[in-house]
Amino acid sequence: MEIGLSHYLTVAAILFTLGTLGIFLNRKNVIVILMSVELILLAVNINLVSFSMFLGNIVGQVFALLVLTVAAAEAAIGLAILVVFYRNRGSIAVEDINAMKG
Amino acid sequence: MSVAAAFFYLFAGVLVASAFMVIASRNPVHSVLFLILCFVNAAGLFILIGAEFLGLILIVVYVGAVAVLFLFVVMMLDVDFVELRQGFLQYLPIGVLIGVIFLAELVLVVGSWATSSTIATVPAIAEATSHLTNTQQLGRVLYTEYVYFFEAAGMVLLVAMIGAIVLTLRHKPNVKRQNISDQVARTPEQAMEVVKVRPGQGI
Repeated sequence: MEIGLSHYLTVAAILFTLGTLGIFLNRKNVIVILMSVELILLAVNINLVSFSMFLGNIVGQVFALLVLTVAAAEAAIGLAILVVFYRNRGSIAVEDINAMKG
Repeated sequence: MSVAAAFFYLFAGVLVASAFMVIASRNPVHSVLFLILCFVNAAGLFILIGAEFLGLILIVVYVGAVAVLFLFVVMMLDVDFVELRQGFLQYLPIGVLIGVIFLAELVLVVGSWATSSTIATVPAIAEATSHLTNTQQLGRVLYTEYVYFFEAAGMVLLVAMIGAIVLTLRHKPNVKRQNISDQVARTPEQAMEVVKVRPGQGI
């Protein structure tokens, strides 16, 4: 059976769903939530690249490159905020992050 | 089944299994290691489909930088991760319910779209019609048509780098540090004093 576009889209859909499920299940652990966000962005990248290759248009890969850049920046900033928060509070549980709640 | 199809199923299967282990494993260090496996398999998929530049960038950027950053942070923070696992089973039913609904909707959309169009049966034509490699094609549009996006991506990375440094940089109050400008600005007149000492009297 020839591997078509729908195969790649299905893999990306499963990956995206696993990412959202990870956010639901690990609601207390910010690190796993950040990793789930990375999974979601990876699923988006798979979609972009597979559309780009199957439609014969390279622009999708340019956009995937930009998504990758933003994902790397987001991971760096998110982990920096996490380290600063851990220094101040001594915990990274999500329910402790409610200091700005009015 | 052709070799390409076999490799697709291999990469896709390991990708999905390791993504599941990322969200299900007890130890966050194992989660990060499975995330690395996940990215490597996604890079394999990219190379399989013909986007070899993005596949290698995925290995360099994600496995080499982002995942190692995650690993550093997980090992640096001394957190009781068992406590953070509390409530995993509590959210399991609603999470699985939402996930199944979401996946079913996505698959329905993809299935209906793919069967109602001829696009899904079109093979990858980008590499077939062009004599350029994937990297050359990408470079031709990235540095000409999309150069502003490229510059904007560079700015995003610069801001992220400065932001991460500013956030995590901290000067401890009671630590003695070398102040090079003070050392260089020190003159012999400030530092030394010539004292004439008479014999037998002391200073």
